[in-house]
Formats: sequence, C-alpha cells, structure tokens
Amino acid sequence: MANKIPRVPAREQDPKVRATNFEEVCYGYNIEEAKQEASRCLNCKKPRCVEACPVSVKIPNFIHQVLEGDIEGAAHTISLDSSLPAVCGRVCPQESQCEGACILGIKNEPVSIGKLERFVADWSRENNVKFIDKLPSNGKKVAIIGSGPSGLACSSDLAKLGYDVTIFEMLHKAGGVLQYGIPEFRLPKDKVVEHEINNVKALGVKIETDVVVGRTVSIDQLIHEEKFDAIFLGSGAGLPRFMNIPGEQLNGVYSANEFLTRNNLMKAYKKNYDTPIFIGKKVAVIGGGNVAMDAARTALRLGGDVTVVYRRTEKELPARLEEVHHAMQEGIKFNFLTNPTEILGNEKGWVRGLRCIKMKLGEADASGRCRPIPIENSEFDLEVNEVIMSLGTSPNPLIASSTKGLDTNKKGCLIVNEQGQTSRKEIFAGGDAVTGAATVILAMGAGRKAAASIHEMLSTEKN
Amino acid sequence: MFKVLSNEFLNPVICQQVIKAPRLAKSAQPGQFLIVRVDEEGERIPLTISDYDRENETVTIVTQTIGASSLKISEVQKGGFFSDVVGPLGNPSDMVKLSDDEISKKRYIFVAGGLGTAPVYPQAKYVHDRGAYVDIIVGAKNAETVILEDKMSKVCNNLYICTDDGSKGFHGLVTKKLEELLVAGNKYDMGVAIGPMIMMKFTTITAQKYNLPMTVSLNMLMVDGTGMCGACRVTVGGKVRFACVDGPEFDGALVDFDEAMRRLTMYKPQEEEADHICKIGRGK
Repeated sequence: MANKIPRVPAREQDPKVRATNFEEVCYGYNIEEAKQEASRCLNCKKPRCVEACPVSVKIPNFIHQVLEGDIEGAAHTISLDSSLPAVCGRVCPQESQCEGACILGIKNEPVSIGKLERFVADWSRENNVKFIDKLPSNGKKVAIIGSGPSGLACSSDLAKLGYDVTIFEMLHKAGGVLQYGIPEFRLPKDKVVEHEINNVKALGVKIETDVVVGRTVSIDQLIHEEKFDAIFLGSGAGLPRFMNIPGEQLNGVYSANEFLTRNNLMKAYKKNYDTPIFIGKKVAVIGGGNVAMDAARTALRLGGDVTVVYRRTEKELPARLEEVHHAMQEGIKFNFLTNPTEILGNEKGWVRGLRCIKMKLGEADASGRCRPIPIENSEFDLEVNEVIMSLGTSPNPLIASSTKGLDTNKKGCLIVNEQGQTSRKEIFAGGDAVTGAATVILAMGAGRKAAASIHEMLSTEKN
Repeated sequence: MFKVLSNEFLNPVICQQVIKAPRLAKSAQPGQFLIVRVDEEGERIPLTISDYDRENETVTIVTQTIGASSLKISEVQKGGFFSDVVGPLGNPSDMVKLSDDEISKKRYIFVAGGLGTAPVYPQAKYVHDRGAYVDIIVGAKNAETVILEDKMSKVCNNLYICTDDGSKGFHGLVTKKLEELLVAGNKYDMGVAIGPMIMMKFTTITAQKYNLPMTVSLNMLMVDGTGMCGACRVTVGGKVRFACVDGPEFDGALVDFDEAMRRLTMYKPQEEEADHICKIGRGK
C-alpha cells in the first residue's frame, strides 16, 4: 500500500547555523525525494486537496507527473492555476488547506504537497522552463493596483486572456508583501520572488513602480484619462496596528511592518545597503501570527535575544506550524498567556522593559478561540530594550478615501460581491484590501476570481 | 529611473535639483513631500517638494548635505538619474482647501528656518498668487547661507531675513523677529513654520502668546511614506498620528515636539558611523 511509505522529510539548514544567517531554512526535495513522496499520493477520484486549494491547483495530476518523472509536464499543470508556485510551495499554510484535506492525513501524515509544488517550481526555474500560452490581444486595458499576490494572480490570468495589463506599485520593487514582509530565509527575493514576477512580466504584464494610487494618480484618472476599462484593487492591508498602551512612542518600539520592511525590502541586513535598523540586545515581539514569527526570527538573525509574547497558549498560535517549529528550534523563547500593559522607558526615552500581565483562557469567542482574561495582580516586568508590535494590519484608506462611490466596512475593508466587484461596477478588489490581513494564497484566489469576473464583464459588454 | 535636469548649490551646503517626474509634477500640491531613493543600496529619503512645474513635468527638491544619504542625493549631477522618486505624499496644506476668494482676504505669516525655506516657497506662492497678504521670515546662520532670497521676495509683501550672527538683515532668531512683528501690531490669520524641529517648537510657543495659530510641517523618519511602517508616529493633541498620511502638517500647538525630537534620534549612532565612514572614504 502506497500510504505505508513514511512522508519524506525536506532537508533543512542546521538551526544553530541558520540562526546566524539569512540563507533559506529549507532546502526542499531533490528529484529522488520528490518521486518517493509523489508515490504516496493515492490519486483520489474526488481529490479533496484540490477543493481545499484557494486557486484549485490540479494537485493529483501534477503529483502523478512528478512520479513519472515528467517535471516539465507537472510545471505546466500547475501553471494553469498558479502564477507563483515557488512562492506558494514555500509560504502557503498547507496544513490548513491542501494537506489538511489529504485523505492520508486521517491515519498517517498527508502527502507533502507544498514541498512537491516547490520542487516542481524550483526545477522549472533551474531548467529555464517557461509557459507563455496566451490568447491574442483583445485591445482592452486593465489596471491592477498593487503588485502583491492578488494583483499578480489577477494580472497573469487577464494577460493570458489577451488583456493589456498594467500593474501600479507604490513601492520601488514589485511583489508587495512578498518583498517587504516575508523574510529572505523563508522566501528568497532574487531567486524566487523576482523570477516569478518576471514570469508574469513575460506574459506581457507591465509593472509601473513608484506610483501611489490615490496620490500620484487617482482611480478616476486611470479610468477617464488613461482609458482603463476595468480596475482591480489589490492594495493589501498595510497599516500596522498598535496596542495603545503607554510607552509605544519610546525609541526602540517598532511595528513589525517597519522592522521587516527595513530588513526585507530595504535590506538592512546587508552591509552595502544604507538602511539603518536598531537591534536591542533583548527583544520582545508581541503577537503570535506568521508576521510575529518572521519578525522574531529576523531579530534573532540580527543578533537579538528574542522572546515572543502571546496572550493565548501555544495551541492557539495563528502562525503556520512550520514557522513556530522553526522559531523554537532556532532558540526563540515564548512567553504564553502573557499580555503587555506598558512599555517602560529610561530617562532618555528608550525602551528599558515591558510590563506584562498573566492571562488565563476563558470561554470561546466569536473566532472560536478561547478568550484570554487577565489574572488580577499578576503583573511582572520583562527586561527588554526593543519591542516589535505584530498585532495585525488593516487596509490602507488611501484609495477608498480618494475614490468616489467605493464602499468600505467599519474596518476599512473594501466591500465586494460574490464576483469580487466593488460598489462601482468597473472596479474589482481582492486580497487583504477586502478581507483584512490573511494569506498569500487566499489573496491569489481572490485575484483569480476577480480576473474571471473582469473577463466576464468586458467580454460580454457591448462596444 | 528619474532624470536630474539640474543641480545647483544654493549655498555651500544646500543643493537644489530639478527632476523629471511627469506623474508627480501633475499631482503635486503645496505642503506635500516625496521620497527619493538614489540607487539600489540607497535609503528612501523623504523630502519636501520645494517647487513643481506641471508644464515641464518637473519637481524641485532641496537637500542639505549633512548626512551620508543627503550627500549621496546631492552628488547626482545634471543628466544623472535617481532610481526612484515617489509622490506626492502626505496631505496638501489646508490652504489648498480654501477658495481663491477666501484666500484673497487672508493675511499669512510664514516662518522658515534654513532648509525649511524651500518648502515654504510653494505655499507662499500659492496664497500670494491668489491675492493674500504674505509676510515671510527667513532664518539662516549667516549671510552666506540664506537661500532662495530672490524667489521668496517675489511671493510676499515683506521678506524679513534673520541671521544668527547679524551678517545680514535682522540679528537674531526668527522667533524674535516674529515677536517684534506681532508686538508692533501686525495681524495675521494664519502662521506656517517650517524648519528644524526646535525652531518650529519655539515659533509655535511665540505665536501662542499672541493667539496666532501656527501650522508646522513635521519631517519625521519614514520608510514607505504611505502609512505602512509607522516610523513617523507623532503625538498630536494626545493622539498618535502618522506624519506621512495624517500630516505632514499639524497644528503646532498640539504637537509634542520633545517626543518628536527624541524620535528623530533613533538612528543617531548608526548615522554618525555612516557619516564617519563617508568622510574617511572622501579623504582618499
């Protein structure tokens, strides 16, 4: 029986070594490992993994091709549904999507779908395999706002359908959160991100950086002056949240966004870059999501002694299992059931400590997770000189506030219908700008859905 | 890539560059800023827009060659390129929201310190062009460091130059000149101060004594300039605001200047090291 073969582990950099560098943690599979892992797939008639994938990659098909040694074929299969396979193979929360649905996972370990996807994508890059199947130009123009996962997914689908697509990116590099948010050791920038963006460009997609839509140019200017037939807003959720506790204005307090942007996009970790970054000897990272893990592991690599402070228990950590596991291996400390109440400063206005209160878990709240409740008189001080706040982000209000007739909800998220269409019929939206902070793959799914709706609207429209 | 069309030193340490940036020039308004990244290794440096020309599709920036990064900007010559110029960022000045008729009835006093003279220019020009009464006080170390005197004198009723050493104009700080004007009975509806943080703090304090509202423009540390990083957090009226998206202009009376000044020193040790390396490199 195929499912008796144990899951093939992916080789990784030694935790002690990797804690001091920004090289990628996971080495991925070689072809033998990939074939062996592929042999575990039962090739289910009704594949639950495909249903659980936000972009519906034909998983059993590509795995079967890997098993047969047709890696190029596997890459082609994936390319029909995903424009960023090397990214997704690395950063998707597979345990709650494809792998979470894998039938093998009921009794044993699920097929390592993410690592297989990554193998196929890396192999295509190394062997210079490209798929530029696209329909002839249909003469219609679509503007995509934001070059993150949703924008890239939307762009490549539309480009394949023959649309003239331009992405407007406000930063100096394309990729959105793939550039500024996710660190090099998890997602190599030059090797993986740039390459997959170049593949999108190879479909004919234009990318204009340094354009802040809502400031540099308005949505209505794009429609009326630059004659775009439809707009997709994939502007993400870039606004950092703080706790509104005393001491957040002290020197040495960062948002995770700033800390990671300085290091990832602005490459503060590289000596030849001008970007400064402050690293305290003792660093507290507040929060338990993927971004908190990224910030903690980055601070560790830059020389900090890092503690993650999280108000619930290990079980409730919202971060991917693999990230938590890697963080612990690397020597990140965790203070669970702990919540900061104040950041303490020295006479010069720099962080000297973090006052916390112990928490216990109460009843489940609306999110289904147990609500943390402070334990009275349990305050204690952690000695730290840097605090990184990683409490989530909310959508940037710039576009909504500068565009007439665009509805948002109380949280500032754009409101869209089933088709990904906003309150203005020619404007679609998806990704974190709609959902608030979520994952790369959900954003890609939303981008693809919007692309299909835009195509539906523009191809049936009478001219 | 953004082409530098001219590079001119206005005084020994202040450099003015005109940049071709069509989208930016089309949408820039007084009070807004932009971000320059010189090259791949460069920081993103926020700079106020000191002029814009919609017809020629250019924007003008002014930098003071005190830090390693601004020195690097000033070294890009006519015909050279900046990797990135992005903007306009931040909100336009409040005056942009007023009708021309409203502006024409107002009396403005602008107080500029050093490099802050540059961003005062488009604002003074905007209201002066619309018929407002405009007085400008410009502060500099000495006669040699006064910048843009000709340009400024064309967009105001009175230009008062102050120098620390008395080598030109009024001998003393801009706050003293402001107080002198107010004591003499000059009435203004609105004041705008742009310059070093300490100068904006004391200009605001002086204005408050005479119930003159004073708007200040905060040049905080920034990375993206669009609200993403939060590096530019300032406390205004007891609330935390982001200078990049909520400002850069705020009511000076509400700004916690001491905190803002302290936050500007976040990278002082690193900057000193960079300047040091930079100077060693230069000595070769």
